[in-house]
Amino acid sequence: MTEKKNRPEKQGGMWSKPVSRRDLLKMAGVGGAGLLLGGLGTGGLLGAKGLLQENKASAQSGDIVDFYGSHQAGITTPSQDFICFASFDVTTKDASDVRELFKKWTEAAAAITSGELIGTANDNGNLPPSDTGEAAGLNPSRITITFGVGPSFFDDRFGLASKRPAGFEPLPHFNGDALREEWNGGDLGVQVCANDMQVAFHAIRNLARIARGKAVLRWTQEGFQRTSGSDEAGATPRNLMGFKDGTGNPDIRDEQTMNEVVWAQSGDGASWMAGGSYMVVRRIRIRVEVWDRSTLKDQEGTFGRHRDSGAPIGSRGEFDKVDLNAKDEKGKPAIPMDSHVRLARGDGSLRILRRSYSYSSGLDKTTGQLDAGLLFISYQRDIAKQFIPLQRKLATDRLNEYILHHGSAVFACFPGVRKGGYIGETLL
Amino acid sequence: MKALYTGAVLLAAASIVLSGCSKNENKANETAANAVANNAAAGAVDLTDAQEKYRAYGIEQCDQFIIETEKFVNAVKAGDIDTAKQLYAPTRMYYERIEPIAESLGDFDPNIDARENDVPDADWRGFHRIEKSLWVDNSAEGMNEFADRLLSDVKALRALMETVEVDSTMLVTGAVELLNEVSSSKVTGEEERYSRTDLYDFVANVEGAKKIYELLKPTLEQKDADLEKQIGDRFAELEGQLEKYKSGDGYVLFTELKETDTKALSQSLDALAEPLSQMGTILGA
Repeated sequence: MTEKKNRPEKQGGMWSKPVSRRDLLKMAGVGGAGLLLGGLGTGGLLGAKGLLQENKASAQSGDIVDFYGSHQAGITTPSQDFICFASFDVTTKDASDVRELFKKWTEAAAAITSGELIGTANDNGNLPPSDTGEAAGLNPSRITITFGVGPSFFDDRFGLASKRPAGFEPLPHFNGDALREEWNGGDLGVQVCANDMQVAFHAIRNLARIARGKAVLRWTQEGFQRTSGSDEAGATPRNLMGFKDGTGNPDIRDEQTMNEVVWAQSGDGASWMAGGSYMVVRRIRIRVEVWDRSTLKDQEGTFGRHRDSGAPIGSRGEFDKVDLNAKDEKGKPAIPMDSHVRLARGDGSLRILRRSYSYSSGLDKTTGQLDAGLLFISYQRDIAKQFIPLQRKLATDRLNEYILHHGSAVFACFPGVRKGGYIGETLL
Repeated sequence: MKALYTGAVLLAAASIVLSGCSKNENKANETAANAVANNAAAGAVDLTDAQEKYRAYGIEQCDQFIIETEKFVNAVKAGDIDTAKQLYAPTRMYYERIEPIAESLGDFDPNIDARENDVPDADWRGFHRIEKSLWVDNSAEGMNEFADRLLSDVKALRALMETVEVDSTMLVTGAVELLNEVSSSKVTGEEERYSRTDLYDFVANVEGAKKIYELLKPTLEQKDADLEKQIGDRFAELEGQLEKYKSGDGYVLFTELKETDTKALSQSLDALAEPLSQMGTILGA
């Protein structure tokens, strides 16, 4: 690598040099810091030493999630702390431009997820740097970038109509939908998750920059959950209603279950999707002001669970069996008929992998109330067979009094990429 | 920025920006400065021809700017509100095409083009001062002094243009600067808050950027043909979009644009500015 040859001669700040964050991590691991720091002034030396030590610790705990693999990362990857989601509209009418974009996005994503700067023009004074720089020197923070295409991608623009998976279309209208144009759909969907918001934002910003002239942002949404720092045990996260969310998720470590629930199989119809997964995104506003003046009993009845423990009503432990036949002392169902858990769980035959985040996006200008809620994301093998019947069952959900579905989108997320390949290559 | 056109700091400034200087005083210095600038910024690429042509373009625009400003000023002073309103936006286009040069020449931009609150009230003059009177009060009363000052400011700008030295780095980045002008105030409708003629400035900024691209095109073609083509295509796209808003000899008012229109224009502008910002590649590393 010519980059490395240049390193000792160059002066100036450490990050103006073509040293990747991954290189740093490696060097920290083998104790090569002295060599690396040769060209730095005292200030840089002290700062960099601290940095190396920090990175050493986190590198050992595994802060890089491989971008390449048979499935895309970010689906059965354990949830990171933050999300930056972006939906794009393709503006070019030329399929080869889209392919070019997918290749460039692949290169960038591979660099970002391994902690390297994007592109080669990062030290030319006559050009804007090819990487915007705000993640330079930061730990990759388990960042994953997951790409998919929406139903509109299969219209007549790119000659792909025949490749549209059967039934892959915008979601039908559901009871309680209050969809707003600005939060819907998109030709391309990109989910970026990381344990650091700045690292996640850096990815979306640079992908949008690379897309200029070929695709434009349609909507974006950032989200969060409790960080691993504030909950080292990694308990089920709570949503903004204060309840544990995700208790009933299938086990991401169980490959067979994932093949049944999440990954599209080669016999499923669209062969280019084998190994991919279908994503549903719903931007669900929580009417927090209304929820906050509901009694605890009402709140628990709405979810069908106890708020504190997460246990089904009448039980003690979060993971206790949900007994839909249990009766209270008056002989009524202990878990109310219109409670969320009863309707969502049903007989357990409809399963999806939820990967949601909370969001807070300032105020609703017309009411002065908080615009906060859930960026619901689920992955499934077949939206029509899994998500839609599940969501239909929620038509009478008592939870609907407190939530508004403002946004809705679906994306067919490609199978994984191997080194040398690019995202979407089975399709385009 | 005032110091830039005083001869004493010319040498230091020559390699940084477009710098104005008096040819008579600094003939010898200038040659030396050019050599330094060319070596430092331009590397092996010789852009002397493009630089010289751009300077000529600036002067030509400035000449027209004086002629049109004079007509505008006369209408204002005659109290002919309708004519003044008609001449206002087209006149400004000559300035908007070469805005980065004017901005590099000291106080000309605030004197000619400051919007209300850009400068202390007592110092506020120029086009937008008169714009407010014409559109908000529908009057030219009390504008005589501002009209005279405007014309003398424009003439002073022209005089300084004669001596301007166009440096290669400035030429390359000037194109993006012009588009950044559009991005920050024209596409948002903040430039012409009373007359709502923002699209005239928009178009003129784009034309000014295109001029630079055209001058650099031969060099760019040699260095990076793909980039050259991409920039050309995206200029064509943006121009095609602007075409939709033509009305008579000019353009529709900003108030006629819907949010979807400004969003699409802004995104096309970003799509053009991104590859345009890569033109520095002709200067080498």
